[in-house]
Amino acid sequence: MVEIEAFRQQVREFLEKEAPQSLRGLNDPKYAYWGGRKPELPHPDAQRYCELAAERGLTAITWPKEYGGGGLSAAHERAFHQELAKLGFPAPLTGFGLTMIGPTLLQFGNDAQKAEHLPQIVRGKIRWCQGYSEPNAGSDLASLATSAVLDGDEYVLNGQKVWTSYGDKSDWMFVLVRSDPTAKKQTGITFILIDMQNPGVEVRPILLISGASPFCESFFTDARAKVKDVVGGLNNGWTVAKALLGHERTMIANVFGASGGARNSNDKKNAIADIAREYVGEVADGSHKLADPILRDAITQVTMDTRCFLATVARNADNIKAGHRPGPESSMFKVYGTELNQRREEVLLKIRGPQALGWEGAGYTKEELDKTREWLRSRGNTIEGGTSEVQLNIIAKRVLELPGD
Amino acid sequence: MAIQLSLTEDQAMLQKTANAFFSEHSPLTRLRKLRDSGDELGYNRELFQQMAELGWTAIPFEERDGGLGMGLAGAILISEAMGRTLAVEPYIPSILLAGQVLALAGTPAQREAWLTPAIAGEKVLAFAQQEKTSRYSATNVQTKAAPSKSGGYTLNGEKHGVLAGARADAYLVSARTSGDSTAVNGVSLFLVPANTPGLKVTRQRRIDSRNAAIVELKDVQVGADALVGEKDGAGKLIESTLERATVALCGEMIGAMTAAFDSTLAYLKERKQFNVLIGSFQALKHRAAKMFIEIELARSATMLAARALDDNDPEGHALVSVAKARCSDAYVLVANEAVQLFAGIGMTDEHDIGFFIKHARTCELTFGDAAYHRDRFATLNGY
Repeated sequence: MVEIEAFRQQVREFLEKEAPQSLRGLNDPKYAYWGGRKPELPHPDAQRYCELAAERGLTAITWPKEYGGGGLSAAHERAFHQELAKLGFPAPLTGFGLTMIGPTLLQFGNDAQKAEHLPQIVRGKIRWCQGYSEPNAGSDLASLATSAVLDGDEYVLNGQKVWTSYGDKSDWMFVLVRSDPTAKKQTGITFILIDMQNPGVEVRPILLISGASPFCESFFTDARAKVKDVVGGLNNGWTVAKALLGHERTMIANVFGASGGARNSNDKKNAIADIAREYVGEVADGSHKLADPILRDAITQVTMDTRCFLATVARNADNIKAGHRPGPESSMFKVYGTELNQRREEVLLKIRGPQALGWEGAGYTKEELDKTREWLRSRGNTIEGGTSEVQLNIIAKRVLELPGD
Repeated sequence: MAIQLSLTEDQAMLQKTANAFFSEHSPLTRLRKLRDSGDELGYNRELFQQMAELGWTAIPFEERDGGLGMGLAGAILISEAMGRTLAVEPYIPSILLAGQVLALAGTPAQREAWLTPAIAGEKVLAFAQQEKTSRYSATNVQTKAAPSKSGGYTLNGEKHGVLAGARADAYLVSARTSGDSTAVNGVSLFLVPANTPGLKVTRQRRIDSRNAAIVELKDVQVGADALVGEKDGAGKLIESTLERATVALCGEMIGAMTAAFDSTLAYLKERKQFNVLIGSFQALKHRAAKMFIEIELARSATMLAARALDDNDPEGHALVSVAKARCSDAYVLVANEAVQLFAGIGMTDEHDIGFFIKHARTCELTFGDAAYHRDRFATLNGY
């Protein structure tokens, strides 16, 4: 395996000499490239950048080379992201193929499944979405009812999935289906892959309170999935699903923890206080204190809590680097990080005051309108990927070892 | 972030040794005995000397002062271990407060006469800074030091809440050498041995049962060599001393809140009502999980503040406030919840959890509560 320093050098050379220089300085989530059969191009060069990176194994650095990965370690992956950040490049590819189904196939997939799907993910050719939740199976996911009935070498699917992130933009879905209605809840579930071009698959976007539609509802009406696309064995889907949820939580924790933390700590110091100064002004005694003492205290609480949270994320990373197993502190990242984000949005809302009420049009800046929608969107943070209440149950059970009910 | 938030091997070893030491020599029952017997000193000099022999009193000092140079990152491991069993020895008063003042600003003669024996655990020093109405301000000082005919100073005033003040061997007293009682400048520090005429010390009885005292100064005569640091310029010295002691106190709070939480958690796993363990109730599980999170954040904030001060990181001043605000809120939450979850038995003096709710409030209201530190943080950050 190539040494980290040599690898960094290769990455720098790639970024400086081969990657489209038009993307330099665009390391912002809105320039993320998700790939797919009909890819959205956040930038005209995004697809070319992804393909160039994929040829070099840089889209999935830790995956085996035989599937188009880099065959390298997690440390190489961290180094890659550091080099990207230094030169201001966005990641060449993102999406649930890389973060969720890919790692799951590596763990549970057979050789044929890995050979079929992983290279397509690595090159950004296929975009994946997740078919887990149903209208009557939210926190109690195992009560899901979408049925799968065997018919030759295919399963016939009927039912409805909900909260399918970017379902309308995806090509394939990994779905949890009830394959044995007579078995105990968790034991009658199968994890299966389906091409969404197949007849009987219909996807509709869901309009959120924020006005955006990142999620969809998906309907299966006699839709057909192949037996060879069952992952991890018939009726063994719950095991696969839980492992995948682990990958999902890592991803969310990264958003609100590690990488989100890095992003926030690069933010201008006192960012929230500076915004507040524009809206509420300062006291007249020359001390530069914010004129609203209650807001000043609320800003400080959320700023301090962010500092404490980032320190805990850093402590966890340091402990892992020092060779300790991840401590119990890591289990709190999802619940605390999302609630902290909500509190931050609430404080920002109060800072803007009546200017936070704009939905669109005259009288509001673009930033004010965006922030109000971000506030509305943030209310979902404590629901998606496992509600805060479920997360607290997990801490109580796994970390505190409190008795079951 | 260059600061490392995992323990080094040396630190992990120190933590283990210190935890074992206080479990053995200072279990919770000891505080109850000291309280019930009305012990005038409120702690044990021999035990403190044992701590010194183990090198723990030397941890925060530089090698030139006879210290180990392990910084606050090391000192908080000791105060945390003490907090776990509510050990009462004057580690913070004599070492982190008075000792630090001498290490930061003492003359060679003052260091030799008082700091060296303080590190050796032979002498106990107290920091007489707070007054009845000064709350958390380092410079709200009414005690006066007037020039005396002999070229020294005459001290008059009254100090309150002097930690480990009863039967201390010497006092570091803040007094005004110029300006009115709220002026930022004009405060000086004086080293006053306990046997100085005009000094009267009265033990205070506080909710935490620890040694605290009123120190009255009536025409106390000290020489010019009693001045510690710059005349009129002690405000900064007091502030940085308080910062360091605050972080050490945060360590103690983490130890104590962890112990209170562990004890509560154990109770949730043994107490039955309605024929089930009360820890199986989701309402209580969620409260326990939230406490766990608060404690983790408090620990991170404290470790970060300790390391930032050790590294002279310019953000250190603000991080002290982050740590103290967080530890105050977290410990008060944990202690209040502990009493609520123990319920009836938690209200009785017979049960030890009451010591924690009293200790929590004492710590909260020492060196500034959460609101004070949020205000300080905002001011330091220019808003």
